[in-house]
Amino acid sequence: MFKLFKNLTNKDKKVILIVATLVVFSVFLDLRMPEYMSEITKLVQTKDSTMKEILNAGGHMLLCAILSLVCTITVGYFSSFLSADFSKNIRRKIFTKVESFGIAEIKKFQTSSLITRTTNDVTQIEMLLSMGLQMMIKSPVMAIWALVKILGKSTELSLVTGTGVVIIVITNLFIIKMVTPRFSKIQKYTDQLNGVTRENLTGIRVVHAFNAEKFQEGRFEDVNNDITKTHLTIQKTFALMDPIMNFVMHFQHLGIYVVGAMLIVKAGMMDKITIFSNMVVFSSYGMQVIFSFLMLTMIFMILPRAQVSAYRINEILEEDLSIKDGYYKGLTDKKGIVEFKNVSFKYPDADEYILKNISFKVNQGETIAFIGSTGSGKSTLINLVPRLYDATEGEVLVDGVNVKEYKLSTLNNKIGYIPQKAFMFTASVKDNVAYGNNGREKPNIEKVKEAIKVAQGKDFVEKMPDKYDTMIARGGTNISGGQKQRLSIARAIARDPEIYIFDDSFSALDYQTDLKLRTELKKYTKNATSMIVAQRIGTIMNADTIVVLDKGECVGIGTHKELLKKCDIYKEIALSQLSEEELENA
Amino acid sequence: MPRHNTEKSKDFKKTTIRLFKSLNNWKYLLIVSILLALFGAALSTIAPNKLSDVTNVIQDGIKPDTEKFKEVSENIIKNAMTNSIKNEIVLSNPNNIIESINNLDIDKKMLILPEIEINKIKVSTLDQISFMQTIETLNSETSLNKLNSLPESIKKIIEPKLDTKELEKRAMILAIIYLLSSIFGYCQGIIMAYVANGYSKRLRKDISVKINRLPLKYFDTHETGDVLSRITNDVDTIGINMSDNITSLVSNITLFLGSIIMMFVTNWIMALTAILSSVLGFFLSFLLLKRSQKYFVERQKVLGDINSHIEEIYSGHNIVKAYNGEKEALEEFDRINDKLYNCNRKSQFLSGIMQPIMHFIGNFGYVAVCVVGALLVMNDQTTFGTIVAFMIYIRLFTNPLSRIAQGMTTMQSIAAAGERVFEFMDEKELADESNLKEKLAVKDAKGNIEFKNVKFGYDENRTIIKDFSAKIKSGQKIAIVGPTGAGKTTMVNLLMKFYDINSGDIIIDGKSIKELKRSNIHELFVMVLQDTWLFDGTIYDNIKYNKKNISKDQVWEACKTVGIDHFIKTLPGGLDSNVGDNEAISSGQKQLITIARGMIEDAPFLILDEATSNVDTRTEELVQKAMDKLTEGKTSFIIAHRLSTIKNADLILVMDEGNIVEQGKHEELLKKKGFYANLYNSQFQK
Repeated sequence: MFKLFKNLTNKDKKVILIVATLVVFSVFLDLRMPEYMSEITKLVQTKDSTMKEILNAGGHMLLCAILSLVCTITVGYFSSFLSADFSKNIRRKIFTKVESFGIAEIKKFQTSSLITRTTNDVTQIEMLLSMGLQMMIKSPVMAIWALVKILGKSTELSLVTGTGVVIIVITNLFIIKMVTPRFSKIQKYTDQLNGVTRENLTGIRVVHAFNAEKFQEGRFEDVNNDITKTHLTIQKTFALMDPIMNFVMHFQHLGIYVVGAMLIVKAGMMDKITIFSNMVVFSSYGMQVIFSFLMLTMIFMILPRAQVSAYRINEILEEDLSIKDGYYKGLTDKKGIVEFKNVSFKYPDADEYILKNISFKVNQGETIAFIGSTGSGKSTLINLVPRLYDATEGEVLVDGVNVKEYKLSTLNNKIGYIPQKAFMFTASVKDNVAYGNNGREKPNIEKVKEAIKVAQGKDFVEKMPDKYDTMIARGGTNISGGQKQRLSIARAIARDPEIYIFDDSFSALDYQTDLKLRTELKKYTKNATSMIVAQRIGTIMNADTIVVLDKGECVGIGTHKELLKKCDIYKEIALSQLSEEELENA
Repeated sequence: MPRHNTEKSKDFKKTTIRLFKSLNNWKYLLIVSILLALFGAALSTIAPNKLSDVTNVIQDGIKPDTEKFKEVSENIIKNAMTNSIKNEIVLSNPNNIIESINNLDIDKKMLILPEIEINKIKVSTLDQISFMQTIETLNSETSLNKLNSLPESIKKIIEPKLDTKELEKRAMILAIIYLLSSIFGYCQGIIMAYVANGYSKRLRKDISVKINRLPLKYFDTHETGDVLSRITNDVDTIGINMSDNITSLVSNITLFLGSIIMMFVTNWIMALTAILSSVLGFFLSFLLLKRSQKYFVERQKVLGDINSHIEEIYSGHNIVKAYNGEKEALEEFDRINDKLYNCNRKSQFLSGIMQPIMHFIGNFGYVAVCVVGALLVMNDQTTFGTIVAFMIYIRLFTNPLSRIAQGMTTMQSIAAAGERVFEFMDEKELADESNLKEKLAVKDAKGNIEFKNVKFGYDENRTIIKDFSAKIKSGQKIAIVGPTGAGKTTMVNLLMKFYDINSGDIIIDGKSIKELKRSNIHELFVMVLQDTWLFDGTIYDNIKYNKKNISKDQVWEACKTVGIDHFIKTLPGGLDSNVGDNEAISSGQKQLITIARGMIEDAPFLILDEATSNVDTRTEELVQKAMDKLTEGKTSFIIAHRLSTIKNADLILVMDEGNIVEQGKHEELLKKKGFYANLYNSQFQK
């Protein structure tokens, strides 16, 4: 928590100081008020006091109240500024940090968790600041100050007040102890509830097909019971809180009166009056003490949740980046050349290598393809080029320069990367294709149209209601998987890269479209180099070079014809998809 | 993103009434709890009266007893006057009896003022004299110091008597009131916890049951997240707020009204003072609440915006990076973040100053009541006790209002959430099938199926399957092919009666599917889809799924048939390994598990979606072998991607843009040189 507060700006810190001063002042005023109250009470009680005296005391009290109002409003102003400012800055810091993450970090944290950390967790901290800051300063000051005012005045009455405080503290400790672990359980059960429901929703066809409605309801029922039980326990525990608080407050009041009365009976004439006035003071300050303890426990209620959030935020902010930016910004005389020199790769904390000693070179205008079973490392291999990961050993060179030396943006300007899963932004078709920055001007509409045409998307885009200005829905739900892939390829084309990287980017296309797209692309980008990962033999068999991977090792390199002859694994893959006769025909 | 509380409902009254009605039996408990809240609040309004009683008793106990004081002085003077000798002395200096007595010798003093007994307490001569000396210098104001220097015997007489019996009685009454109100409060809290949780549990259950009763069309047109948010966020909003809010609303309204009534009963002038002095404050705070509400709503919207932006950028992280989109993304983020900052600041500020303002109104009312009260006391129009009572009433009166205001907005959000839940519950369900009496048992089914002039469209206006007819005999293989998005799943939807056909008929072994219950049809089909659907459970659970009386051996048998037994044996838990987040199980292996699940089910028909795009080729081979095993002896519909399937098929349905554009055998279709031939040949072209 404190670590997180290191992110407070100097301005924020000044604001905290102001808030603290004002809070202390308002506590002073708040504690003054009962004195005026008892003065007024006394004046009203005495028959001979004049109206002027009463108005005078009343005026003082009102002045106090107004000052206190002004104080708290100012505090409110500053603390709302503080919490909003702090959360804004933290949110920005997290966002910027996540933007600089590599795939490794994203995988480690999970996208969904990163999202909740940037939003919900920050909101938790914000809540703590906006509600808690005042309370955190106010309640101890108030409690101590009020205690000082009454302590030493009467042992017996102090004891009564003390008992009240002790009961409240014990009750709250009990409640916190009961409730805190159950809160995290609720979180878990909510996840499960969501899980079971999501499962039912996504598998709705299967559920119906297996007549498993009852079965699913049963699964839901189990979690529903668990979550209800836990909720019930929590609420039953909380149901104790209010009655006990009221009970303690009232009985403390009454107790002070009764004990006071007993003391009065025993006391001498003079002491009686002193005891009575002590009694009145005790009952009003005792109330303040109890209130401040109540406030304190409220902080303890939000604190654990905020602490968890702070921890989760710090985890992001403190994460070491696995990909460090380089400095090389200059031009290269060679273009479109990618070379791997004895490249090996393993995940930082893994034992096993995913890629072992891979070497190849591809020249400008050539196409290189990678094929192999899942887990053979082909995706990982091409991800090393745009530095989504860094090679553990060996070198990856683009245009003769090690990728680690490039400034990331310079490197990215050379590359058109099309990931396995086509990703669409919630924006128009045009903006989706013109996305990003390649160090030159943004592609204009003509360029966008051309790119879409090459990517075989012209037909469907022009059938859409607003054509190129049609908005793509969140997650691209209003277009099909194949259409997404085509737009995603168009996005790379619009960038005019030296090197295309297709990470299994044709999988959702039917053979026909796949073929046409690749033919058109070839025509359009004569000088560009293509690196293709694919599952389908048909997609890759025309490549200049095919690299066959198996368990991270290169088991064959050559053209389709060569590999069919010399590489068993390649032949096996090919035969699983096409018959011998078909392969011959091809 | 949780939906925030401030969401407004469209029809507050209607939804509230419906919420109440749908509580069913919980309704009565709710009423009990409302009654308890009512009693508790009523007790709280009486309590100040009783407390001022206690105060009065104690106060009486510290004032010196003026009656006794008079009695003492009268007694002593009478004592001094009754003797004849005394008369002389008194007469010698009639102006100052006390002085003349003082000047006497001690024995004379004793003669004049012999020891007397007042209230059974002996007062000696000296004490009497000292009393007389004291009261001589006593002015009208009873100076306590003077009284304190009185001789013990007299002090004992005039000393204030705290009426302990009375105090005990009054304190007891008050204690009982406090205790009762705490007990009421606790009972009420417990009851509400049961009501709220019981009710939200039922709502959740209703939603979960409803999910399986909705036509598939609903899920094809609605997002999963939407239903999820109803089951969690909305139900939580109802459950949590209901338990806190309803009774607190009731007790605060009672307190508010009660204190107004009590105030008017006690003294109408002061009641008016109290109300008038608070009116401005109330007005102000309602204004504030409305304003802050506006910002809260806006904040919720902006939070949604920033959430969407973050989600998009984070999930498209690799694209953002690879296309140098970071700056662009950050600019957009900053724009929304600034907006959020403004809403946050304003909403928090405005809602934060509500409390201090109410606090101030309380204090202001306090002073006003005291001043007006004092005026009235001076004119003998009221007593001090009334002022004391009013000092408490003014707090009772001002405190609940802000809570009532907050409570009303929470009620709004409960209604909004309720509306969303009810909206879902009101969705049209699948057609009722209880009137369908036909039944086709699995053992009687042979596997013939006939399509007769089937017409179908997802939209009423747009028919996509126009007049499709085909006769399929038991054990035949039907391949459905076509480019992406051609509507291949439509066939699955119709066969499984997920959607109803517009006209025509599908006849299974002589029985129209219109005559058969959906559950009956589902029994006849084994369905294995491309999206491997596994739930969070063990491999065994997933394969067995909802079927009963399936032994581990049978599951093993199925695993062996699809060829996944070796793999399962390598897992530490074997069949009992969890599939949920198990990274050791690849997507291909998951597909094998779903095929094994299909294996367990013995049915004459099969629907198989064989696309396996992201599965490695070797596993794919295994999967294909398993699928072939699965088709043995069954009439199968295969959404085909493999050439071998297509070539061997007894019937190929070629689909494009939702339509069946061609149908026939491989060879026939190739000869046609139409759409299919094109599609097929494209994979061999350079």
